[in-house]
Amino acid sequence: MSTNDWQDVWIYAEQRDGSLSSVSHELLGAGRKLADDLGQKLVAVLLGHQMRAAADELVAFGADKVFYLDSPAFGKFADEPYAQALTDLAREHKPSIILGGATAIGRSFIPRVAANLRTGMTADCTALEIHSEKKVLLGTRPAYGGNIMATIICEEKRPQMATVRHKVMKALERDTGRQGEVVERSLPESELTLRAKVVDVVKEIEETCNIAEADIIVTGGRGVGSKEKFQLVRDLAAAIGGAVGASRAVVDAGWVPYSHQVGQTGKTVCPKMYFALGVSGAIQHLAGMQSSDVIIAVNSNPDAEIFKVATYGIVGDISEVVPELIKQFRNGG
Amino acid sequence: MNIIVLIKQVVATTNVKLNPETGTMIRDGVESILNPFDEYAIEEALRIKDKLGGKVTVVTMGPAQAKEVIRKAIGMGVDEGILVTDRALAGSDTWATAYTLSQVLKKIGDYQLIITGKQAVDGDTAQVGPEMAACLDLPMIAWVRKIEEITESTIRAQRLMDDGYDVLESPLPALISVVKEINVPRLESLKGKMRAKKHEPATWGVADLPDFDLIQVGLKGSPTRVMKTFTPQRQYNSEIIGGEPPQAAASLYQKIKAMNIVNK
Repeated sequence: MSTNDWQDVWIYAEQRDGSLSSVSHELLGAGRKLADDLGQKLVAVLLGHQMRAAADELVAFGADKVFYLDSPAFGKFADEPYAQALTDLAREHKPSIILGGATAIGRSFIPRVAANLRTGMTADCTALEIHSEKKVLLGTRPAYGGNIMATIICEEKRPQMATVRHKVMKALERDTGRQGEVVERSLPESELTLRAKVVDVVKEIEETCNIAEADIIVTGGRGVGSKEKFQLVRDLAAAIGGAVGASRAVVDAGWVPYSHQVGQTGKTVCPKMYFALGVSGAIQHLAGMQSSDVIIAVNSNPDAEIFKVATYGIVGDISEVVPELIKQFRNGG
Repeated sequence: MNIIVLIKQVVATTNVKLNPETGTMIRDGVESILNPFDEYAIEEALRIKDKLGGKVTVVTMGPAQAKEVIRKAIGMGVDEGILVTDRALAGSDTWATAYTLSQVLKKIGDYQLIITGKQAVDGDTAQVGPEMAACLDLPMIAWVRKIEEITESTIRAQRLMDDGYDVLESPLPALISVVKEINVPRLESLKGKMRAKKHEPATWGVADLPDFDLIQVGLKGSPTRVMKTFTPQRQYNSEIIGGEPPQAAASLYQKIKAMNIVNK
């Protein structure tokens, strides 16, 4: 079978608790461009339970077509039924490209789909383009903690699969005038394999905003001084409408739960604005945040590595500078 | 309980550089270590063995020198190691690696749990685990931060998500990947180090693996290929804002406000 028999760009529209994740909108933005370059359709695949309205949202954000598969087994994320449904759908319709978010969910089950389909997959891409002559997908991704970039190609196997880093791709404007077809199917639970089952869901993030999704992150490091003083980080985050991040040292010291950790051993983030308060800027930390649009650093050590990647920096004591910043944001200047 | 831990030898630093002329990685003088995330996987396996008894086996795929990471695992208390090494495997991508390791697991046969670290710090893909779960048709729990309960036939574990954690229950055999939060890995013991010195791991090539399909592996069998590598070019125009804290904060506030990111 020729690779030409595989047509269209698919994105896996991620949802959590019945709400679309922001990465789904970003994937539609990235996928729209690839589909237009290829002259093919952009198709979103939504696996969920009782969330038909979300399918129309996917059209409004750029999909030409949506496969909405409804099953009680899709209510909570489980690798097996998700992978099985996406695999079967891909076998049936033969897409050229399948993209998913490089999230806890996407990075868990989408490689399983790739292996089911015996095809290639590129993890955690930060840039995607179509090769002008070969008409194949080029996925560019960081490796070695972001010190090397690699462009990966999958020439002969189809579909070409990739996960895409959160917050890197731009979503299109929502437009309810956009036209698209929604194909709805319901799958009985009995047709799906479900061995590893979710029995409980616990939200652990201190603030409602999780760092993978946040546009603004305020991170505190060891230089904040103490568990008590870390409240300053939370207060600034609250004043500015951001999520709370933490360096490895702070998590190891038990000031903040691990789910807030930014860096190579924690989460990689790419917000519009990143505050690094009392963060020295170890290479492992930089690997997790250096692609943020704007970086603001406050540190008492003028030679701290963090200043080298900062857009703006203030050299000073956290307990003197941060309260002043909080005051500014609370009072609106 | 027979537990298999998949481990990998990686370069000791992520601060690697490319030769600007050839575009290949400069490996001279770069030390190799056990992938840091694999230490958590080994530790967790040893803890389960302490509770339930049984055997812990580490498996690694790589060149002959990858024996060193098996020795480290033996030093920590692991029972046995298997080195999978063959010229035919050179250049394997995640699919080819997952296929090979799955054939290894099929040959081992008697296991109840496979543990991997969340990812290897060189490629950072985190793909081999889920791809193996597909090849072996096993249930998988990724990003495990705590095992709440484990018996000979079931596991209940916490999976770290972007907004908290999920608790999952699964029958065994299963494959899990673990995150740093799960434990504090032990150091190699003196006794372990002595044992490691003498330990000669089993060495398997593709000829030792039944029904092995050579078309699936190596540079040729890998669906993906690295087209180019390059050093990221970043331009940072850092500006340090001076003055006493109140003035510096006010000045920073104005600059931030002008960027229209913050709505306050």
